[in-house]
Amino acid sequence: MRLSQLAVGETGIVKEFTDLEMSVKLMEMGCLPGEEVRVSRIAPLGDPIAIHVSGYQLSLRKREASTIILQ
Amino acid sequence: MDTDIKVALVGNPNTGKSTLFNVLTGLNQKIGNFPGVTVDKKTGVCELPDGRRAQIIDLPGTYSLYPKSRDESIVFSILADRTNLLKPDLVVVIVDASNLKRNLLLYTQVADLKVPVVLALNMMDMAQKAEISIDVNLIAQKLGVPVIPISARKGEGIDKLKAAIAFANKVPLQQDTIDVEALAPQLIAQIEEDIQVDNPYFALQLAHQHETLDFLTPQQSERIEELEHEFNFHSQKAQASETIARYNYINDLLYDTVTKKETAQDQTISNKIDRVLTHKIFGFVLFLGILMFIFQSIFAWSAYPMKLIGDLFVWAQSSLHHILPSGPLTSLLVDGVMGGLSGVMVFIPQIAILFGFISILEDTGYMSRVTFMMDRIMRKVGLNGKSVVPLIGGFACAVPSIMSTRNIENWKDRMITIMVTPLVTCSARLPVYTLLIALVVPNRNVWWIFNLQGLALTGMYLFSLISAVTVAFVMKYILKSRERGYFIMELPVYRMPRWKNVGLTMYERSGAFVLQAGKVIIAVSVILWVLASFGPGDRFKQIELKYQQPQYTQHQQSDDLQRTIASEKLENSYAGMLGHAIAPVIKPLGFDWKIGIALITSFAAREVFVGTMATIYSVDGNAEKMESVQQKMGTAKNPDGSPVFTAAVAFSLMMFYAFAMQCASTVAVVYRETKDWRWPAAQFAYMTVLAYVASFITYHLLK
Repeated sequence: MRLSQLAVGETGIVKEFTDLEMSVKLMEMGCLPGEEVRVSRIAPLGDPIAIHVSGYQLSLRKREASTIILQ
Repeated sequence: MDTDIKVALVGNPNTGKSTLFNVLTGLNQKIGNFPGVTVDKKTGVCELPDGRRAQIIDLPGTYSLYPKSRDESIVFSILADRTNLLKPDLVVVIVDASNLKRNLLLYTQVADLKVPVVLALNMMDMAQKAEISIDVNLIAQKLGVPVIPISARKGEGIDKLKAAIAFANKVPLQQDTIDVEALAPQLIAQIEEDIQVDNPYFALQLAHQHETLDFLTPQQSERIEELEHEFNFHSQKAQASETIARYNYINDLLYDTVTKKETAQDQTISNKIDRVLTHKIFGFVLFLGILMFIFQSIFAWSAYPMKLIGDLFVWAQSSLHHILPSGPLTSLLVDGVMGGLSGVMVFIPQIAILFGFISILEDTGYMSRVTFMMDRIMRKVGLNGKSVVPLIGGFACAVPSIMSTRNIENWKDRMITIMVTPLVTCSARLPVYTLLIALVVPNRNVWWIFNLQGLALTGMYLFSLISAVTVAFVMKYILKSRERGYFIMELPVYRMPRWKNVGLTMYERSGAFVLQAGKVIIAVSVILWVLASFGPGDRFKQIELKYQQPQYTQHQQSDDLQRTIASEKLENSYAGMLGHAIAPVIKPLGFDWKIGIALITSFAAREVFVGTMATIYSVDGNAEKMESVQQKMGTAKNPDGSPVFTAAVAFSLMMFYAFAMQCASTVAVVYRETKDWRWPAAQFAYMTVLAYVASFITYHLLK
């Protein structure tokens, strides 16, 4: 299961990343393995998405979200 | 300035760092909720309780010492480079107490550089509201640094923070956070030895960032590169392990110091607002509505103060004409300088209103939602959601907007944004448009609330956005880049705008506009007045002699005669010759030689147009009868008696101003940001060509 497959309101736990470059950036922003993420909303045009992680809201594109594998 | 210690403010974006800077220094500056508004390095002086003075340096907001944009890269340089004049004696790391986890990552990195640190927990009031309880003393004990809870917005805890700055140790006392050496033991040891550094984390950062650091010599950088190969160092992998180690440390730290009540977080006010503001339909409707409202207000609210300023200048000019003896000097002062100046001054209300609105949008956090909503569209045309901010800022002025593109990490996205931002209708075009629209568009309402003139202006604004997007789309296929674009961005919680801040921005920006534009305009006005008042050889004398002949003096009214003389003089002046020289080129656009003069002077700055028109037409007209520029232009006649400013000419002129790169400051800033003359040159060329073509088409369609 990837983060990009979650619907609004659904939660998951980050397991690993498929892309090293992206993972470095995501982890700095507090989105790292073991962390719970919840999809808060999807932008009106379907992309990007906003997720709740580490106590704040982070927006990222679907393609970026698809590099995050959930448990 | 004489100060005793240097203190740097470091923190994530949206932590209230700029607000704290204002509170500490009493110096105010622009702050916003959008990540990265604090672009330029700002310094101020703070009086400490022990009587010493501290120089406070406000560094750009960043999530980590690994820079993702140009702005962020200066943070590490200033903190680590011992030769840097700004290297602080003490670093105040400011963190958002309601979101300690992510905020502390930066703290641990700064702490490991072993500079003396004070930790400021900002937004304690918000943390309390969110029912987060923080054991401040225990955190301080575990970290080994002073930890000061504050609320910068409310001014709480500031005295304690000042005291902590005053009594801070000169040596770093903080505990190590992670085992840095374990990340690359041999490499760190070797760099420490070869480059002569005594801090393992500094050595590690050198390994990561040596290619972009100015303070390393090429030999040092090469040596580091060799060592990296020798020890098989992989920058991204090392960075990933470091980040994981740091978060492990932070989780341990927060485990018994912070407790949070588990509540349904989705129901926060911010979320409720977001549900409406980023709604599928309402989101865009509201965004369009907000833009419409802003443009309507610019027209409606500024009407009265503009008339007041305009009348004031007309009154001052005509009374000066009465008081001062008539002669070339009076004429230079009253017609040249004051005429040109009045053209700019009347637009202060509009510019202030526009900057006020933009500052509110940034301050509340709405601007980043716009980014979020627009990313998909923007990406289709080769831009980035983050391009929305420079583009909207472009409504005010292209210069700061082009500087704000530094937030866009992707090179290609950033270049395209820089190339198209000057197409957006900036405040300098506003005087030109309002003047021309007022001339040819009737001032009445349609569909109850929509003023026809306001609609025409909104149309020009929308048109500029469309053209910017179209050009971006074309450039997407011209520019080549292998770099990947990404869009990982914080959506800050909504906040009330700080009204004092908004007011200050309005004041500062309009003041800067008047000062900067004013200088150019006065200079251009004086040059123009000289060019318009003198001609080559004895042409002027001959004109005067010609009209002294009895067939003119006896058969014509003296008023009419004066006018004829003045207009013939203008045509034979240096300015007139210049206008005539380019007249054949601009004739297909519907412009005469007088407009030609204005076009030439406008290449310094667009708003010069109005001043130029004022100067040209007051030289031309009767000096005793002062009228506003608009009245003068409205009554202007061609030699055959037809009005000069028909709808075709006015709209053709607007099209020219919509596209042409008539702004010396923008050219300069594009060069500064791209460090290559080919970018501003290409921009100037494509915009001028577009301007000519668009004007040509418009004139021939409406003629």
